[in-house]
Amino acid sequence: MNSRERILGRVRRALADAPADEAPIARDYLREHGRRTVAETVELLAENLADYRALVHRADTGGLAGLIAGLLEKRGSASVLVPPGLDEEWLAATGVKRVADRAESTPAELDRVDSVVTACAVAIAETGTLVLDGSPDQGRRRITLVPDHHICVVRVPDQVVSSVPQGLERLDPARPLTWISGPSATSDIELDRVEGVHGPRTLEVVLVSQGRIEST
Amino acid sequence: MSGTYLGMPAFPEAAREAVANTTLRGNLRHATHTIRAKRAKAVAEVSDWAGLREAGKQIKDHTLRHLDRYLVQLEESVTAAGGVVHWAADADEANEIVVRLVKTTGESEVVKVKSMATQEIGLNEALQAEGIHAYETDLAELIVQLGKDRPSHILVPAIHRNRGEIRDIFAREMSEWGRPAPEGLTDSPAELAEAARLHLREKFLRAKVGISGANFMVADTGTLVVVESEGNGRMCLTLPETLISVVGIEKVVPTWQDLEVFLQTLPRSSTAERMNPYTSTWTGTTDQDGPSAFHLVLLDNGRTDTLADEVGRQALRCIRCSACLNVCPVYERAGGHAYGSVYPGPIGAILSPQLRGTGSEIDASLPYASSLCGACYEVCPVAIDIPEVLVHLRERVVQGGEVTRAGNKVVLRPAKGHAAERAAMRAARWAFSHAGALRAGQRAASRTRRFHPRTLPGPGRAWSGTRDLPPVPAEPFRDWWQRTHGGKGGAK
Repeated sequence: MNSRERILGRVRRALADAPADEAPIARDYLREHGRRTVAETVELLAENLADYRALVHRADTGGLAGLIAGLLEKRGSASVLVPPGLDEEWLAATGVKRVADRAESTPAELDRVDSVVTACAVAIAETGTLVLDGSPDQGRRRITLVPDHHICVVRVPDQVVSSVPQGLERLDPARPLTWISGPSATSDIELDRVEGVHGPRTLEVVLVSQGRIEST
Repeated sequence: MSGTYLGMPAFPEAAREAVANTTLRGNLRHATHTIRAKRAKAVAEVSDWAGLREAGKQIKDHTLRHLDRYLVQLEESVTAAGGVVHWAADADEANEIVVRLVKTTGESEVVKVKSMATQEIGLNEALQAEGIHAYETDLAELIVQLGKDRPSHILVPAIHRNRGEIRDIFAREMSEWGRPAPEGLTDSPAELAEAARLHLREKFLRAKVGISGANFMVADTGTLVVVESEGNGRMCLTLPETLISVVGIEKVVPTWQDLEVFLQTLPRSSTAERMNPYTSTWTGTTDQDGPSAFHLVLLDNGRTDTLADEVGRQALRCIRCSACLNVCPVYERAGGHAYGSVYPGPIGAILSPQLRGTGSEIDASLPYASSLCGACYEVCPVAIDIPEVLVHLRERVVQGGEVTRAGNKVVLRPAKGHAAERAAMRAARWAFSHAGALRAGQRAASRTRRFHPRTLPGPGRAWSGTRDLPPVPAEPFRDWWQRTHGGKGGAK
């Protein structure tokens, strides 16, 4: 008997006396916490991102390229990683050296790049979370991990949901997902949170509004 | 479980030593009190906590009830997504599988994400024995590994160390393993984190094999989930060419939707955050992104034996948040090492004796490592009634009885250490079922009460040293009742 059969057999014997469970799982919890307008949800996202030490910026579509150029300049970045499907307009105003992510790029090569600019798949307001799903405008998981400075652009309000349950509904489990809530941190020294370990130590989030956000 | 813990003294002896260590007590008090207040705040932020807790409990119970079906479904989903599934009945088999997989890659070092399952099976030692070096990359695990120490907490294995001790360990040991600690390293947490970043970066960048556990495995999609803070998990999960995940079979959940419960309750319970900094999910392999080979090792190692116990099986609902450790008055004072297991604290006191059996002295003593105050049950995000299981396991230790070990039903003999307790209980049962003897005994006790000692002799002294013996009344209750007709007929 192989171990697969052995384990499955043990499970079945262990459950021989267990009562049947027919009742469906009671999901007596909320789909979102509280009621908010769209604008308030975006505001909550910004607050929670900032609460976990992400740097939050706002722009409209026309001002985005200028804002990103300014962030890269302020950081003193000499090079920026660019995912293959990133909107070219976003980097139109910067002269910083662009580095394309190629399949053969080694981690050590990525480590020499100063910054990375990506879009995201979903942003969750209640938890201040950005989710990347590896789409062409976000690139492979490693490019948002190795460089020390990550600029992530969130299209508001379209990409913003209120809660974790709503976020999961929008995501495709078949894609590799990275949920990011603030820059890298640790609670390993005396159970107190310290920012900045292995992931990017600076996370900048640009909330770019497409048209007017309804305020009611 | 790990051989590291073999021969550990029983909890009372280990705890006595730990309690005498004032630095340790100070460190633990500081850390547990910090997180306790924060957790309460993070939980209070969501109005539907009770509903989430109940749903989490029900999802886990439902999964365990149909564990065979969900494991088979998981295997199909992972395989369809390009992963390879292995089954390991015990620690030795899991270690053999991992060693073989690493050897096939030709590599002699691996990077590891913090994982309770690999701690439990003693994987690092098994790899070392085959000449493969495993680097722990979680900050607290690194502190433990560099300090040649043992973990003492589920979430923060180095909780017993304060910043000054961590600084000393880094300054002394890092050069042995790779990049030395920076000159003039101070004990500021930010500087210590920076030192770990620099030390581990070269290892991440050159690693070809990563080893992880997982917080959840989703049966219907074949997705694995790792929840972390530092980014070391992301490094290990995405940079190497081969990823090997060793995961306990109880970590499966049926559907993608089920994560909506646990991704809310786990971060708030464990680090007291709305959401932990990084969560990675992956389904098999993805072309050009992350490892090109993915192996999942499904680990039993006592879990099916635990499942066979109808009271004890609820321990398998555990999502390893460690909230129960942080609120436990016993853990706060005794620390994690006294539990003699990678699973310390209240959850360890019910999990270790079930996974390993109650044969050893330490495992037989663990169900007693509690005051049964119930704080652990209160904070548990999957509502494990830890006091109930503790009492159940105490009964098993004292009385023996039928249990399942390695899939076979065996009958345990009562533990030796409880002979006096059992004799006393037997005598009490006999007395209570023989009215005449009870009456005679009570009258004799009343008549001699002036001569009763204030403390018990012999082994009973330990008990009466901190307690008053109950005074015996001048007249037994039954005699009083008969004489006065229940107090109506002219009581004195």
